[in-house]
Amino acid sequence: MKLTQIIDILDCEVLSGKDELSIDVETVVASDGMSEILAFAHPGALMITGLTNIQSVRTADIANVRAVIYIRGKRPDEKTIKLAEVVGIPVLATRLGMFDVCGILRERGLKGGM
Amino acid sequence: MAEELLRKSYQIHGRDFDKAGETASDIKDILKKIGVDAGVIHHTVVIAFEAEMNVVMYASEGTVTFVFTDEDIRLEIADEGPGIEDIDLALTEGYSTATDQMREMGFGFGMGLPNIRKNADEFNIESEPGVGTKVSAVVRLDASA
Ligand SMILES: Nc1ncnc2c1ncn2[C@@H]1O[C@H](COP(=O)(O)OP(=O)(O)O)[C@@H](O)[C@H]1O
Ligand SMILES: [Mg+2]
Repeated sequence: MKLTQIIDILDCEVLSGKDELSIDVETVVASDGMSEILAFAHPGALMITGLTNIQSVRTADIANVRAVIYIRGKRPDEKTIKLAEVVGIPVLATRLGMFDVCGILRERGLKGGM
Repeated sequence: MAEELLRKSYQIHGRDFDKAGETASDIKDILKKIGVDAGVIHHTVVIAFEAEMNVVMYASEGTVTFVFTDEDIRLEIADEGPGIEDIDLALTEGYSTATDQMREMGFGFGMGLPNIRKNADEFNIESEPGVGTKVSAVVRLDASA
């Protein structure tokens, strides 16, 4: 699914990577545990998390995550957004919660990591 | 004998959560530039990141040594810190002494050392309580599967 479609469906705000929204994602990893993301994310996955510190973007980069969505209206600080720009990972924010985000994307055909 | 092609050391400071992960990122950039297989890069940087986070969370100072040879990638993470009393227990998935603050940061699920072990072709950990810990891992260049 195109990231632009996901942005529409989840009514996301784009916090970084405005020029890279044409990418495609097929799998999702959803967790607030960074080690879990490192262990289970498929390369190129979309990461969904409620964790907005700088480690969330570092973890995404290390795990080869293609894009990050922060849930429940949470937003990372400036330096985290800046790091996302540097490593080239689009970062989005939605007001929806974890359950709804996962449910909606699952319904549209995205798959989990396992 | 494997021929050493590149060696780089990084200093890691305990509790420096903002910088934690920079070493793993730098290693990732180096390996990408060399053109190493994506699977090998993934194994290597997960090991580096988890080990680096452990130094930041639990130790006071540490050094990550990264060695690239024509056969493999070697990582050695040595720290000065509290050490580990019971290594078997520390290697158990789910065991963690992380504080609530670390958990709020997304770390402290007890999967770090298990992740390191799973991603390494060779793995070793030595620790002396009250002195420090040394984690060594090797990722072979021909074992990307
Ligand atoms: N470098 C270290 N120095 C001291 N203790 C450590 C170190 N690395 C790991 N440990 C101990 O081993 C436990 C398990 O580590 P790990 O598997 O990485 O999980 P986590 O970091 O999530 O707790 C830690 O909670 C800690 O008690
Ligand atoms: Mg750990």
